[in-house]
Amino acid sequence: MTPDSGRLARSCFAPRKGGRDARGPEGREETRPPLRVRLALRDLDAVTLLALPAILFVAALFVYPFLYGFVLSFTPKAGDWLANYRKFFSDPFLYDTIGATLWLAVPATLINVLISIPVAMRVRRVQRRRILTAILVVPITLGTVLIAEGLLNYLGPQGWFNRSLALLGLGPVRLVHNYTGVMLSLIMSGFPFTFLLTLSYITGIDPSLEQAASTLGAKARARFWHIILPLLAQGLAINLCLSFVQTFSVFPSAVLLGSPAGATRVISIVAYQAAYEQYDYSMASAVAMIMGFVQLAVVTLILAARGLVYRGAVGGGKG
Amino acid sequence: MAIAARDFRELKVDGMSRSFGSVNALKGVTLNVRRGEFVALLGPSGCGKSTALNCLAGLLTLSSGSIWLDSTPIDRLEPEQRGFGMVFQNYALFPHMSVKRNIGFGLSMQGRARADIEKKVNEALSIVRLGDQGEKLPGQLSGGQQQRVAIARAIVIEPPLVLMDEPLSNLDAKLRLEMRVEIRRIHDFIGSATIYVTHDQEEALSLADRIVVMRDGVVRQVGTPQELYARPAHADVAEFMGYRNLIRSQASKSGNMLNVRIGGADVQGTPVGTAAGGDVIAAIRPDDLKADAGGPLAVTVESAQYHGREFYCCGRAGDGSELYFCSEHKVAKGDRVRLAADSSRVLVYTEDAP
Repeated sequence: MTPDSGRLARSCFAPRKGGRDARGPEGREETRPPLRVRLALRDLDAVTLLALPAILFVAALFVYPFLYGFVLSFTPKAGDWLANYRKFFSDPFLYDTIGATLWLAVPATLINVLISIPVAMRVRRVQRRRILTAILVVPITLGTVLIAEGLLNYLGPQGWFNRSLALLGLGPVRLVHNYTGVMLSLIMSGFPFTFLLTLSYITGIDPSLEQAASTLGAKARARFWHIILPLLAQGLAINLCLSFVQTFSVFPSAVLLGSPAGATRVISIVAYQAAYEQYDYSMASAVAMIMGFVQLAVVTLILAARGLVYRGAVGGGKG
Repeated sequence: MAIAARDFRELKVDGMSRSFGSVNALKGVTLNVRRGEFVALLGPSGCGKSTALNCLAGLLTLSSGSIWLDSTPIDRLEPEQRGFGMVFQNYALFPHMSVKRNIGFGLSMQGRARADIEKKVNEALSIVRLGDQGEKLPGQLSGGQQQRVAIARAIVIEPPLVLMDEPLSNLDAKLRLEMRVEIRRIHDFIGSATIYVTHDQEEALSLADRIVVMRDGVVRQVGTPQELYARPAHADVAEFMGYRNLIRSQASKSGNMLNVRIGGADVQGTPVGTAAGGDVIAAIRPDDLKADAGGPLAVTVESAQYHGREFYCCGRAGDGSELYFCSEHKVAKGDRVRLAADSSRVLVYTEDAP
């Protein structure tokens, strides 16, 4: 969902010209080739026009609404142009939601990504990987609302879980309509995504690298720390970003499984209330912008940390 | 503190077998390798030579059989406990580590001191003649340089045994010849035993002290390059050693020799093994079948390739069989040529299934 898709489409469809090497002799003025040729050498030709629909699509559905909301957030119902932001950051009932959302999104993201590593490490060696993967991926197809309903029934005060505990003489535990309920739901619906991503990154690492490490005396633990993890770090960073953005905008499970007035009053609830309970679209836009800024800040932080680790091919040889 | 192979006398492989499901990739390989020996495992693809190497390295467990290093059984050890150096076909260099860290990886896994590692790594770099490339990442090196790093990484841990899995197959022809010399030089320098897997008979002949020819998971013949080249024990080994003319025919005894019917003519040949007449396979190398005006065989030239010193030709005999031969004089398609072969260079085998 970035303007990058235009570039992607072009490089897929345009004939490859081999980049730098194909570029003509730039120093010589007298043999300047025609414009069409020079454009073609920069991978721009008639085929490039095929990228136009994608660019229009992104502009109409992403760039325009974003800019519209951005401007809208600075035109409040009352007060000067910063009134919405001032209101948000002066009322703890509003600005505390940033912390509450982070308190859900960060642990959920970390748990999902960290658990996905050992599971993917194990699953890549399983013979019938497809079946296992399919089972793990089922929660994606269910949707958050169905998961929420299921958890409410199963973990609720009269659910199977608490009834079984009662049989063992253990008191009922409260697992829904609070922080725990939302967290469980975020893990159930988020894990399949992180798992699939991690699995594809891990299976992309050349298995002969691990074999080489073992012939050099590295035991399983050392192989993981010295070979697998450094080569996986890139993928984990991307995985963290995607997973974080997804969990930070949590809404249905925070309402259905959490306590939307208390511990799990997340930032998207504030935006919803501004837009559909107070009919203040300007304020809602401001909240959405703040939400976007926090996400951007965290993603930037993760990607910046990526500079500390190896970024390159994960193959073992010339390939 | 020179890099030298860990001392041992003999590696004994006894009945080493490995199956994948119902497929027996390796059927009871028995082999002894002494310290300092260079042994090539030679065979067509799918013959089990790579499986054998992986079993020796510990990357595959044996279905049955045993491996001994002197008096220690090692077939149940994990690869990390065996301490053999291995050079992979795709080099398997760690892409995120510098050349020096790649080479030092095995030493740091042994928990050696930093200064000690540095010294050994520098020495290994100079053995493979890559002295000034230590700080680069593998991706910045050429194929030949990556190959040298892979060898340095395998020998720096001073293994008793170095295992090489078709290490030259990713290089171009010129570099291959160059690295062939290098590999033998490094082997002689550190004094380890080397087991070298290849499907290239020329590579095996020029590098090895002893060649093990494999086929369908079975060892067909073990011998020095000279033995294998001059006297293959079976027709299929002969085929692999460059005996391009394999002619199914009948033979009759004539003293110590056999008279074989080839291309409509009688040619004298040397019996190998139990061959005594009847249904046989005659094997002749193209370079032993020469154009000779007084020769018994008459062929019509079908094609001729100039190979520098000689013409490498294919001709068709009167009975329709194809014969490959060499000629020092220019021949062209359609020429009638007479051929002769020395009776000691016509090998006659019984028609046994391998």
